[in-house]
This record gives sequence, C-alpha cells and structure tokens, in this order.
Amino acid sequence: MRRGGVVPTDIYLNVAVSGVLTGLVYGLMALGLSVIFGVVRVVNFAHGEMTTVAMYLAVALFATLGLDPLLMMLPIAGVLFVFGYAMQRWLISPFISRPEHSQFILLVAVAIILANGLLIVFGPDARSVQTSYAFDSFMIGPLIVDATKTFAGAAAIAVAAALFAFFRFTRLGTAIRACADNYTGAQVVGLNVPRLYALTFGLGAACVGAAGAMLALITDVTPPLGPSFTLLAFVIVIVGGLGSMPGALAGGILIGVVAAMAGLFYTPSAKGMFVFAILVLVLLFRPQGIFGRRA
Amino acid sequence: MIGRLVAYVPRRAALALSVFFLVLLVVPWFANDYLLTVLILIFYFAYTGQAWNIMMGFVGQLSLGHAIYIGLGGYTAAVLFSYFGISPWLGSFAAMLLAVLCGAIIGFLAFRFRVAGVYFAILTIAFAEFARIGFDHFTYVGGSAGFFLPVSNYSQSDLWTLRGKPIMFYYLSLGMTVAAVILCHRMIRSRIGYFWQAIREDEEAARAVGIDTFRYKLLAVVISAAMTSLAGVFFAFYYNNLFPEEVFSINRSIELILAPIFGGLGTLFGPILGAFLLTGLAETLTAALAALGVDVPGAKQVFYGICLLLVITVLPDGVWPWLYRRLGLAGRPE
Repeated sequence: MRRGGVVPTDIYLNVAVSGVLTGLVYGLMALGLSVIFGVVRVVNFAHGEMTTVAMYLAVALFATLGLDPLLMMLPIAGVLFVFGYAMQRWLISPFISRPEHSQFILLVAVAIILANGLLIVFGPDARSVQTSYAFDSFMIGPLIVDATKTFAGAAAIAVAAALFAFFRFTRLGTAIRACADNYTGAQVVGLNVPRLYALTFGLGAACVGAAGAMLALITDVTPPLGPSFTLLAFVIVIVGGLGSMPGALAGGILIGVVAAMAGLFYTPSAKGMFVFAILVLVLLFRPQGIFGRRA
Repeated sequence: MIGRLVAYVPRRAALALSVFFLVLLVVPWFANDYLLTVLILIFYFAYTGQAWNIMMGFVGQLSLGHAIYIGLGGYTAAVLFSYFGISPWLGSFAAMLLAVLCGAIIGFLAFRFRVAGVYFAILTIAFAEFARIGFDHFTYVGGSAGFFLPVSNYSQSDLWTLRGKPIMFYYLSLGMTVAAVILCHRMIRSRIGYFWQAIREDEEAARAVGIDTFRYKLLAVVISAAMTSLAGVFFAFYYNNLFPEEVFSINRSIELILAPIFGGLGTLFGPILGAFLLTGLAETLTAALAALGVDVPGAKQVFYGICLLLVITVLPDGVWPWLYRRLGLAGRPE
C-alpha cells in the first residue's frame, strides 16, 4: 500500500484494464511460441529476438517514412512470416529429430546474431514510436483507457481470431493440426510435412511480427531486450497451457494484470518476481497450464 | 588415484595430456597479462561446463538457470569476507551449503512434481530470475547498485584472502578445473555414475530395475550446484564486484552451457575443448576485427553466432566426439 492516503478504487480498475490490454499484446507474441511448439515441437529460444526485430522494423518505418505501426502491423507480420518460413525450411528442419539441447544451441546462435545485428544497425540507444495519439485516452465512466493500448489490444484479438479461424476452418489449417496430432499419420496420408512445418513456423513468426509492431507503440526497444521477451512468452504460454491458443491470450491477460497490480501495490521493479512466482506455482500444481490438456 | 586415472587412458593420449598439462603449468612464466586473463576465462568456462555437464551430460536434466548458483556462491563468500573478514576458503563452505540447499529445493520440487524436459529448464530459469530480482531489492548486499570487494594495488598475492595478481587466479582456476575433471571422472565410473547414465538413457527402465531415480537425480543437482557455487566464489573474488543483473542474468546461465554442448555433451574433455575453442574464437575475432580496423559494437558477436551455428549444424554431437573418431581412438569418447 502506498503511504499518504488511500488509493481510490478507480485506480485499481484503470491499472487492471491497462494490464489486460498490454497482456493481450504479450499474449499474441506468446501465441506465436505456442503455435510453433504445438506443431513443430521446437522451443523457439530466439522468440524474443524476433520480437525486437519486429519492433525495430516498426520504429524504422515510422522514423524514416512516417508510417504508423498500426498500419504497418500486417506488412511487418508478412516480413516475419517469410523470415520464419525460411528459417524453419533451411535452418531448423534438420534439427527436428535432434535432441532438445542441440536445437537450443542453434536457436541461441540465431538469437545472438539477431540481437547483435540490431545493435550494429540501430545502435545501443532505446528507440520508441511517438504517434500523434500517444497521449489520447477514452473516458468510459470512471475509467480512463489509453487509446494506443486499446488499439493494440483490439488488433491483438483480431490477429489471434484470424489465426484461430485459419486453424479451425481452412483445409491448410486442418492439415497443420493433423501434423501436430500424428506426425506419421500425416505423412501416410500424403501431407507435405516439412512444408507445413515451415508454414507453421512462419505463422508463429507472423504473430510475433504483429505483436512486435504493437509493442513498439507501448514500450521502448533496445537490442538486448530479447531474452526478457522470450522469458515472458514462456511464462505466458506455460501458464495458459503450451499448445493451447486461447490459453496463450488468457495467460497474457493474467500475466499482464498481475504485473500491473504488482507494480501498483509493491514496486514496479519487482513485478517480475510475482510473474515468476505464478509460473512456479503453475508448473508445480497445474503443469498442463490453465487451459491445457494433460498429455 | 592418478595411477587409476591413467590406467584408462591410452599411452599416446596420456603423453599428450601430460605435455599439455606441463605447458599449462609453466605458461604464466612466459605469458603476458592478456593471455593469462584469456586462459583464466577459459578455465572458468571449462570448470562451470564440467559442473553443468553433471546434470545435463550425465543425467540428462537440462538446467538453464545455473546462474543462480554462481550468484549465490559469489554473494555468500563476498559478504562473509567483506562484512566479517572470513576467508573465502571458509566462505566457500557456506556458499556450497547455500547452493546445495537451493539446488535441493529446485530438484525436490521439480522431481517430486514430475516437471521434466523443457518445463524443467523453464523452472530453473524461473528460479534464477526470481533470485535476480530478489537480489535487486536486497539492500543488505547493495541491491541493484551492486556489491564491491575491497581492492588495492597488490604487490604480493595473498592466497588465504584471494587478494592479488592474475597469476594466483590462473593457478587457482587451473587447479579447480583439474579437480573437477578428476572428480567427474571418478563419479562417472562409479556406481552412481552408471545409475546416472541409466537414468539419462531411459528413466522408466532405470526405475524398473530398481534405481531410486528421484534420489540420484537430486544428488546430481546438488553436486552440480555445489561445484558451480565455487565458480561463483571465484567470479566474485576475481572480478571484485557483483551486480544482480550481471551474475544472475540468463546470459550467464547460457554462456556456461555453450562450452560443454559445443565440445561434446556427457564427455570429460568436451567442456574443456569447448571452452578453449569458444573463448579462443571470441578472442581471435576481437583481435581480427581490431586488426582490420572494424570498430562496430556487436560485429564480433555476430561472427561468433555464425560460427556457433555452423558448427552445431555440421557437428551436432559436439567437436570432441568428432575429433575423437578422427584421431582413431577406440571406444566411446571420454
């Protein structure tokens, strides 16, 4: 509790809403990790670095051409899709059958290259996007909702819904789910598994691209930020249930709210402790995650 | 003991090893401070790699949070020395005790609740991150502003308090690495070592033949934690400063597992070879870029990453098993 008086109830609500909106964007980023792991069974340890790449793309497009990250969300997602597709097709593919630690080193190497490539191109200073509506907000009753975060949260839901629909209703999406459910069976019925894996990795990377464009609006970006994003994505995905799509968004919301509340009640710098405490509790008592099914 | 150790090694290899060891013993008489610093770094990675290898290489438990033991060990010995004047040699016991306790808690929770594979790795990261943020707010040891050991310009090295010149740290790190190799060699050839390897290969089968897998996995975590905490003590007294963001960071955990995987997981010489190659590579890149007049921050790491990527793609088992076959040595690589 803060000293010097009672905090009005409105503040809790405002902070909670802000946490939900930020959490949705993080949830979208984590969704990418979940999709990749759920199908390709590779843990993408370069996830955070891919996020920072997307953020820098948004920053660079805004700084040079004045293009709004909200509009650039889909093009950036497209760029990341191509990147993810190519990476799975030519780099990770031979590692599918290799042990986890081998995959780990490979992706750590990719992470090192990406993070330091960004350092070479953009330098070590923190960059951000300052839009004309950066300080706008909506008044909804007693709530003051930040406009940027509202757009970002809505966009995150839209992208996640589109991805969900793709996996649920299209033939390609069904084929990918078949690969995830039964690898051998998918090969037997004649599915091109390597291509579908590359497609899945691309889709996961596209989530990262969209989320990264949104994140550029919400927070500053520096090249060494990658590992913390990777960790955050892990936490969200495990809390929500690895491989569960609604779980990733729900996990994102939960983590977003907990982090925001911990910042309010205790101190912002310690919010990570609460986040990791939740992770440990989930791992111990509900390892399949809140929405996951037990294997 | 040395006799038994040598008995397993072919004569040619034993000769090569002795020459190599003798060279390392006399190197400080010829080397400048720069080379000495690089070698100290190599031994630091060889030692921590050896310690981490016990968990991953011998028992197959992937820990990505070994920074927690580095940090706990470093802080414990540094605080005992700075605040109470207790020698790091005695402080090491406290450091090991704390690391063992911490490792036992992580291992107990993980193995009792069946947290395995990737989930186990994430759990270890979570504990290390928890410690990092915790120490950031632990004002008794300086919080995020860091903890510093008293430093002055030493003309003499004092081994008892570990205050002194690089040459002392060189021999200390060399000694630690040799001790770690001997310890690991003894363990892997013992009853416990065979139990560990059985668990690594097939945990269900190991349990079926009556191995108490919980107990032996926990033992591996505890031994690995204790050994790693000593590297933390070394780290603290060598660098003379500790920052939570630095010692507990995920980067620290990752850098110490690169050498054993690069060199060859589960082997004795893999971590050592990996440490020499990776640190050598990093230093060569620094020198090469400096010679070319390239002064771009990050350029060296990009090359480092590319080399890592290429080697792991071509030699997925690591360099040592490959080299072992190329040298025409029989049996499994050690």
